[in-house]
Amino acid sequence: MSVATAPVGASRARPIEAISGWAHDNNWTLGLVGFLALLFVFTKLIQPSYGSAGIQGLANSMLPLALAAVAQSIIIIAGGIDLSIASMMALTNVVAASQMRGQGEEYAVLVVIGVLLLGLVLGLVNGGLVVLTRVPDIVVTLAMLYVWAGCALLVLAAPGGSAADWLKDLASGSLISEWIPKSAVILIVIVTIVWIPLRRSRLGLAIYAVGSDRLAAFRSGVAVGRTKVIAYALGGLFAAFGGLALTASMGVGRPMLGGYTLMSIAAAVLGGVSLTGGRGGVFGPIVAVMILSLLQTDITLVGVNPNLATVLQGAILIGVLMLGSITQFRRSRT
Amino acid sequence: MSEIAHVDRAPRSSEAIASLRGQVRDRPVIPLLGLTLVLVVAFAVTSPGSMRPEWVGIQLRAAIPLAILAGCQTLTMLTGGIDLSVGAVASIVGFLVATLEPNIGLPAALVFALLAAVLAGLITGIGVGVFRVHPLIMTLAMSLVVFGSANALQNLLVKIQSGVPDLVRSIGSDTLFGVLPYSLLVFVPLAALIFIGLWQTGYGRLLYAIGDNPIAARLSGARAWQVLVVLYVISALLAAVAGVLISGLTNVASVNLADTYVLPSVAAAVIGGTSIMGGRGGYGGTIVGALILTLLGSLLGTLGFPEAVRQVLFGAIIVAVAAAYTRVTAEA
Repeated sequence: MSVATAPVGASRARPIEAISGWAHDNNWTLGLVGFLALLFVFTKLIQPSYGSAGIQGLANSMLPLALAAVAQSIIIIAGGIDLSIASMMALTNVVAASQMRGQGEEYAVLVVIGVLLLGLVLGLVNGGLVVLTRVPDIVVTLAMLYVWAGCALLVLAAPGGSAADWLKDLASGSLISEWIPKSAVILIVIVTIVWIPLRRSRLGLAIYAVGSDRLAAFRSGVAVGRTKVIAYALGGLFAAFGGLALTASMGVGRPMLGGYTLMSIAAAVLGGVSLTGGRGGVFGPIVAVMILSLLQTDITLVGVNPNLATVLQGAILIGVLMLGSITQFRRSRT
Repeated sequence: MSEIAHVDRAPRSSEAIASLRGQVRDRPVIPLLGLTLVLVVAFAVTSPGSMRPEWVGIQLRAAIPLAILAGCQTLTMLTGGIDLSVGAVASIVGFLVATLEPNIGLPAALVFALLAAVLAGLITGIGVGVFRVHPLIMTLAMSLVVFGSANALQNLLVKIQSGVPDLVRSIGSDTLFGVLPYSLLVFVPLAALIFIGLWQTGYGRLLYAIGDNPIAARLSGARAWQVLVVLYVISALLAAVAGVLISGLTNVASVNLADTYVLPSVAAAVIGGTSIMGGRGGYGGTIVGALILTLLGSLLGTLGFPEAVRQVLFGAIIVAVAAAYTRVTAEA
């Protein structure tokens, strides 16, 4: 079991003196990691043969949702919410698949870059509309859900297209040891390259400031509108990564995808991101996605009706949130 | 660059415009009815052949379930909440009524299905009211639970006959003289109850008070948790009624029957002038909002646009209406 949780611990290596402070700030995330470890133990108990292949399958199946959860978390931290994440993933997914069909492997590199830029633009449009029209985020992105979904259908009316071999290869198999799935490495690399430098920058601070108290942020000289637009653009970028992950894992483009928006919100909240904005990170939501995916596997392994997995996911979500709000409530009273 | 900069700017508009804005803000129904009229005229111009009395019945029949579900959103949005579980609750009720009716009869099946809805609403209400879980995520989780339970039930309950009970189908889809749908018999009393509840009862005022300023409401002695628990039970009951009507309209009883109604129901309430931040809005605008969305959907269909273009236009129009509305009613 220590092997299973090792990659998680390794990614958070920090100087010793910072660890205690970090642990104090992130006790919610630590609790989640503990819960995940328990879940791994439980999985091993009910299925003694669960090993590297299981980890591999878990990493591959969770990659798109994990990227969607990161996208949603960044936007929620900035005080917004994006209901159009699944549509943006569908649109980038079909654009990638339809452009790669019948093209060479090198051309696919251009397609990937183009699709990531497209994601940025989609996010920019969402954020721009939210800031310019001053309509609540939830309403604008609800409407954009239809717009992007319609665009996806225009690009590809039925599942089709194809993915470059190197892209498919990226999202399957393992690296160095069979215990380190490539998709997990990719997730860590993407998040490390994009999010960690950002969080430590002025812009990252501005994103937290705007989400936490926009008036205070405005009075302190933060460009509130611009920061929010950038947060949405980053969300669009991660949604595009999610769309590409789907292209890689399915090998085709599908114009209709369900569930990713709502599950991304659930994972963000379960991962400790406050829906009122300004609190949380992207590490917690990724752990939450692992928990939700592993739970689904366990239910299948136990041999209970797979539909009960959905019930259990919802029930755990409710239970954890109630617990979280009780502890928060107590702390605010003392 | 920032909305705050706009808010800080001194008012420029003259008093006449200000009073017009006040009118639109307080009575959104009037401009919305204008928009409805525009849509009807557009219908008449583009497809004159379809303008028969039956057309009215068809549109009303389709708009009524949406208007009821949008009622759930209106009531919850008044308190600053939202109810995303209406789709799952409506579906499971439609499914239960159709599946249980051959075995235990229609009245018992209805009672059983309504009890299931009340239970779901009660849990949601306790989560939101007592445990202070954010309504968005609470109702989302609840819809997972309800949808999963419905799926599990589907495997347990073997269905004897296809379709839904005759009475349910008749109420959901038949019309009087081809013009007045029977579902009006359900909708009119329900809408009257919502109107009276919102405007004439203390409970209705509490909804506005809690959404407008929760702290002030608490200091004035309102027990928010009781109001919220009752609210989410009411919302689940409304969703249940809509579920029966939808299963009657489509003559199907599937576990994801009403899923496609969830987002339009939020959109209808928003277009109807209910603020998602709480404290402002009403059911009149919501009904017209549901009518507008129904007309828009069927107009885009009649014009022969492919599904893809229809979705793009649908979304774009929702943004445009919401933006125009925000612009007009923004406190200058």
